[in-house]
Amino acid sequence: MTQQIDASKAEGAAAPQAPRDPRLLTTVASPKGWLQAARRNLRGGELGPFPVIIGLVLIAIVFQSLNDRFLSPQNLSNLTVQIAAIGLMTAGVLMVLLLGEIDLSIGSVAGLSAAVLAVLAVKQGMPEWLAILAAIAVGLLIGLLHGVVFAKVGVPAFVVTLAGLLGWQGVHLYLMGSDGTINTSPNGAIAMLTQTYFVPVVGWGLAALAIGLYVVSVLTAERRRRSSGLPYKPPAEILLRTALLALPILGGVWVLNQYKGVPLAFLIFLGTVVVLDLVLRKTRYGRMVYAVGGNAEAARRAGIQVDMVRISVFGIASALAALGGILLVSRNFAASVSTGDGAELMMAIAAAVIGGTSLFGGRGNAYSALLGGLVLGAITSGLLLLQMDTSVRFMITAAVLLVAVVMDAASRRGRKTHARGGA
Amino acid sequence: MSTPVLELSGISKTFGAVRALSDVDFQVGEGEVVALLGDNGAGKSTLVKVISGAHPADSGGTIRWDGRPVSINSPSDSQKLGIATIYQDLALCDNLDIVANLFLGNESLHFPGTLDEVEMESRAMELLDSLSVRIPSLRVPVASLSGGQRQIIAIARSLLGQPRVVMLDEPTAALGVAQTAQVLDLIERLRDQGHGVVLISHNMADVRAVADRAVVLRLGRNAGDFPIAETSYEEIVAAITGAADNPVSRRSERTASPVPATEDK
Repeated sequence: MTQQIDASKAEGAAAPQAPRDPRLLTTVASPKGWLQAARRNLRGGELGPFPVIIGLVLIAIVFQSLNDRFLSPQNLSNLTVQIAAIGLMTAGVLMVLLLGEIDLSIGSVAGLSAAVLAVLAVKQGMPEWLAILAAIAVGLLIGLLHGVVFAKVGVPAFVVTLAGLLGWQGVHLYLMGSDGTINTSPNGAIAMLTQTYFVPVVGWGLAALAIGLYVVSVLTAERRRRSSGLPYKPPAEILLRTALLALPILGGVWVLNQYKGVPLAFLIFLGTVVVLDLVLRKTRYGRMVYAVGGNAEAARRAGIQVDMVRISVFGIASALAALGGILLVSRNFAASVSTGDGAELMMAIAAAVIGGTSLFGGRGNAYSALLGGLVLGAITSGLLLLQMDTSVRFMITAAVLLVAVVMDAASRRGRKTHARGGA
Repeated sequence: MSTPVLELSGISKTFGAVRALSDVDFQVGEGEVVALLGDNGAGKSTLVKVISGAHPADSGGTIRWDGRPVSINSPSDSQKLGIATIYQDLALCDNLDIVANLFLGNESLHFPGTLDEVEMESRAMELLDSLSVRIPSLRVPVASLSGGQRQIIAIARSLLGQPRVVMLDEPTAALGVAQTAQVLDLIERLRDQGHGVVLISHNMADVRAVADRAVVLRLGRNAGDFPIAETSYEEIVAAITGAADNPVSRRSERTASPVPATEDK
């Protein structure tokens, strides 16, 4: 984070300016200054998203050199749809990780919600959109149940959700009965979730809207900071940040438009991540989540209802897992006894950690679901193109996960020696 | 003397078969620093918990706030009256920055219900300025602060509720020399702003430096109420230990006498 204190007091009806603290390093608003600030942050263990982005670039280079279809619009478009389901589960488990807890049941909950969806929509003949809502509601209720047992009864979250992992898979198998697989309609609301692509203009419009909203909100906030006499970011830095944001957005839309357009499933995932990020950073609820993850006792003394925060976070996690399960059904046109019982849980947790969320609570952000999901999705997709076995995929994923955790540990040491908080 | 802000009289508290406080009187006025002294187990913490509402007192005693009787049965009762308690473990969230910690559970919001960071940051700056606290950036995680700065943030946090009485439990126990001085400065500034300050401390130097009065507890009873300026160190120690002949006086006699004592008692 770079800041500058307004030096020109003459400007406007400036509020009384606090004299700049001589101990505070300021960043010169120039490429050189930004580079220095970035180096300072890196040394202090504030890695931000850079390691993951570098990792993504490396993955892209390696797979592209092995198979030139890897970076084709078609493959990248498929990649975005493939990561949506597990990405949503990652977003859910990430909330739980922020509390410093773990949710082992998300795979089973996703599987159960898939079964509920298929049974209601196909066997009971319920309208598909209603079945979708019902499946999400089932997920939400399960999560709230986990939360109550954890927060009110005091059973460790690990045990509660381990019971959930087994129990909900049992319910899932029971619901599926002897069928093993229930096929859903290939052109109903369920299938639409992953089969819908938007025409190019929609993609461009959304990109412009997102960038525009970002610029306006940042500019208003920085102007208010400046008029209140607080440290603010100089316009040049806002411009740089906007450019860094616009580049992947516009590039992504351009690539996706080369194939079929922006897929709905990816938009659902991306939208969830953005909403989650705004909730975490901008609302009182998000502040409570971080506070409970950082020091539950302090949060309780500050008047935060710790139990309610915990219960609601588990509810959100399972609801998102249920949504992930629905996308799994949508992509396969079927729910089966094996939906959600495979590597989904492990992949979701791994994605959150690779994306930079601490396992110790209180540290991480919603975008780690997107970045971690992209890394794992890219590896899966690349190995599929190379026709490698699942065994290889697991081994490589494990290695990436280990690298991510090692980097997290190293950066935690960096933060400790630079006194930025150990967790 | 004007009516004290907080006045306790005849307060008792029993835990099972143990009478932790019996018939204790205590009062603190506006702009006054009262030190609460006593050995371990003397009942200091119990009295603090009675005032903060963590452990309601047994029936029989009276608590007066501005002269009118009140009852304190829960921490929120105490907070509503205007009593802020800062415990030894500071209860800050290490992962949050200073502004977030100051306003935790009490955040300012603006349209459409989102956090008003600008408002909170400028209020935080005003508050810390009024306490003459200088911290380079308010946006660093609390984990990066020194012990004294953390103590100051914890105290500043309690001031946002506009309390009239601030109780500090061992505020300098874990601090270095310079940091202790910072906290003592802050206590004096609180007094100058008209807060009543209750200071629980084992450190006689701190007490003598900032307190106006010292209330001594011993074995759950009042053992004296001394104006600091007119009381010697030995008198207070004698009240704390309950005897003029106590380990502290014996030690000072031994070390003060030029010839080593030849006979033991």
